[in-house]
Amino acid sequence: MDALTIHRLHFAFTVTFHYLFPQLTMGLALLILILKTMALRTGNPHYASAARFWAKIFAINFAMGVVTGIPMEFQFGTNWSRFAKSAGGVIGQTLAMEGVFSFFLESSFLGAFLFGEKRLGPKAHWFTALLVFLGSWMSGFLIVATDAWMQHPTGYVVGAHGEMVLTSFWSLLLNPWLGWQYIHTMAGSVVTASVVVAAVGAFYLLTGSHQEHGRTFVRLGVIEGILATVVMLFPSGDGQGHNIAWDQPVTLAAMEGVFTTEPGTPLAILGQPDMEHHRLDNPLVVPRALSFLTYQSWKAEVKGLDSFPPQNWPDNVPLVYYSYHIMVGLGTIFLAVLALAAFSLWRGALYRSRGLLWLLMMMLPFPYIANTAGWITAEVGRQPWLIYGVMRTPAGVSAQVSSGNALFTLIGFLGIYTILSILFLFLVYREIEEGPEPAAAV
Amino acid sequence: METIWFWLVACMLVAYVIFDGFDLGAGIVHFLVARTDDERRVVLSTIGPVWDGNEVWLLAAGGTLYFAFPALYASSFSGFYLPLMMVLWLLILRGVSVEFRNHVESPVWHPLWDAGFAVASALLAIFFGAALGNVVRGVPLDRSGEFFLPLWTDWTPGQSPGILDWYTVLAGVTVLAVLALHGALWVALKTAGEIEVRARRVAGAVWWGVLVLVNLLTVASFHVQPRLQASFAARPWGWVFPFVAIAALLVVAVMIYRVWERAAFLASSLFLAAMLVSVTFGLYPCVLPSNGDPALSLTISNASAAPYGLHIGLVWFIPGMLLTGAYFVYAYRSFAGKVGVEERP
Repeated sequence: MDALTIHRLHFAFTVTFHYLFPQLTMGLALLILILKTMALRTGNPHYASAARFWAKIFAINFAMGVVTGIPMEFQFGTNWSRFAKSAGGVIGQTLAMEGVFSFFLESSFLGAFLFGEKRLGPKAHWFTALLVFLGSWMSGFLIVATDAWMQHPTGYVVGAHGEMVLTSFWSLLLNPWLGWQYIHTMAGSVVTASVVVAAVGAFYLLTGSHQEHGRTFVRLGVIEGILATVVMLFPSGDGQGHNIAWDQPVTLAAMEGVFTTEPGTPLAILGQPDMEHHRLDNPLVVPRALSFLTYQSWKAEVKGLDSFPPQNWPDNVPLVYYSYHIMVGLGTIFLAVLALAAFSLWRGALYRSRGLLWLLMMMLPFPYIANTAGWITAEVGRQPWLIYGVMRTPAGVSAQVSSGNALFTLIGFLGIYTILSILFLFLVYREIEEGPEPAAAV
Repeated sequence: METIWFWLVACMLVAYVIFDGFDLGAGIVHFLVARTDDERRVVLSTIGPVWDGNEVWLLAAGGTLYFAFPALYASSFSGFYLPLMMVLWLLILRGVSVEFRNHVESPVWHPLWDAGFAVASALLAIFFGAALGNVVRGVPLDRSGEFFLPLWTDWTPGQSPGILDWYTVLAGVTVLAVLALHGALWVALKTAGEIEVRARRVAGAVWWGVLVLVNLLTVASFHVQPRLQASFAARPWGWVFPFVAIAALLVVAVMIYRVWERAAFLASSLFLAAMLVSVTFGLYPCVLPSNGDPALSLTISNASAAPYGLHIGLVWFIPGMLLTGAYFVYAYRSFAGKVGVEERP
């Protein structure tokens, strides 16, 4: 393997693993805040006890997010130094702001939130939950702002030595890509948290333990989950699709598996990209649907890969195609299952519907897969560019770090993260098995 | 403008060393001051609610360094690739050790994470010291401002040095001792009874080691990096920093002897700050010296971001730091006083 491939795998692996944790904690911070608000408004200690249980799961995930997040901040410099040097004048802003505004806020008040419930009293404790929520969502904003700039660079000029010079701070923070991408990312995080909460609730109901908490978790998870899933689809998913169609049409072609340009482009539901013959094998398509979704016209022409020079295609078209289809497919399934569950909840039958509870419980891993697939679509779809249209990926790597050294540390991370995964699953399963303490024992 | 950011980043690093320094130090002296499982729980609870916030200073300083001096960040992070990756692994081990220790009640679970905490803390102190040594000594920068250092070569700080040579190892051991002292003073301040007595005894013994090592390292630094000599000769008022450092170190000894724990800890913090400022002053305006042609050195002017970005940065940085100061005052006030052996989290 050449050095570039190893550096790419290095970042891909560590960031994919890292994002398994923030995607739960950001969404869970919102759900905990909702539980704390319900506890404050109703005065019912049951909700406080539910929040306390999820705070324990939050703490383990947060610790994992912190220890796997620090390597991300370092890797811009260690593995992608030429990119870091060129783009630092721009994305250094958002990354530094994340440290100054989010990390200090989260780390200062998480301790008070986790250990200070008795000492602070209900109102101040609710406030710490709010601050932890704000810190984590601001952190998400600044990271998505960084990625949005790499997807759609704005507010900069290229300086005398090829470095990017920031010319407009507000273009960086009000990047037209940023709005939809941020909402889409955060809604994805809420879907993960909601499904996890609902799945644990379903587990309790199915195993006949912690019944009251089980019902609360299922109710909360299903309602939040369906709302967030709808936001994923429309308007945020639709909005992001239009951004891609407008600014990265070649990525759209790869995502949808469109090889040839034609009016009235069909939407491929299934099929395998055949890169040798430049066609979709075994296609199952909806005629003209892609034209309509993209341009609101059944006859519009969607540019296929053949409209672009191959050196500008994403370097792994099938991966972009599959990850996009996995994301959309899973999102559709979530919508169906959660809508069914919400209907059943409204009819008052959900807590006794073992079939639906089984479905909810089995859904647990899939939002993680959908979120990961979404990020793969965005990041592999951005290829062959590191900064879209400005810097190609090979130009950004740390040329002085040899493939052997990079492989050494990649293997190190593989080993360490394997051990971390085992520890994490062990500790989280213990917490779930032990379950929430009864509301009386405050 | 570059100079302002140079000192702002330096201040953030000083804050990192003072704050995270005491919890790293608590890890270094963990097994020396705490003998039983309960005592070790107490030592951990003296840093439990604050260690993560302390470590954020490293991240925030790294982020700010990246924002203000992208070329320095890019060059040093890739050049020190291997040791930085090991620092990351140690930070993971340490974070997991602190956070996961009290999740399971078992006679094999606690000692495992106590050992992880102590070993990772000690190695991190040595790595950070060696890193500082590398920056002072200089690295073989090429024309594009890049370099790559192997872990070691012939162990001498010559033209083709490694990360480790006798000078950087000396710096590593010195920082280990300095942070052990700082951590022991923190533990003494935050605990009562036997742990407090032991921590004070450890601090008293380590103090002599610090005195010897710091003097050795100072002499060696002037020998290895002639730029320091030139800086202090050109701006003699800078001598005030090393003198404050020495005075603070002497005050630490007096305060240990008098059992004024808060004063001893504060004096140790002042000592750390003055030492770092002395080094920074000696290198300024260099941020990463070349060990060959001095013209290849990275300085505040050739490594900094463009003026507009630095200006706009001040607009958010100052309120951001004021907020951070408020958070820290809140976090430390709500965590004031000694931690008892009986108290369980």
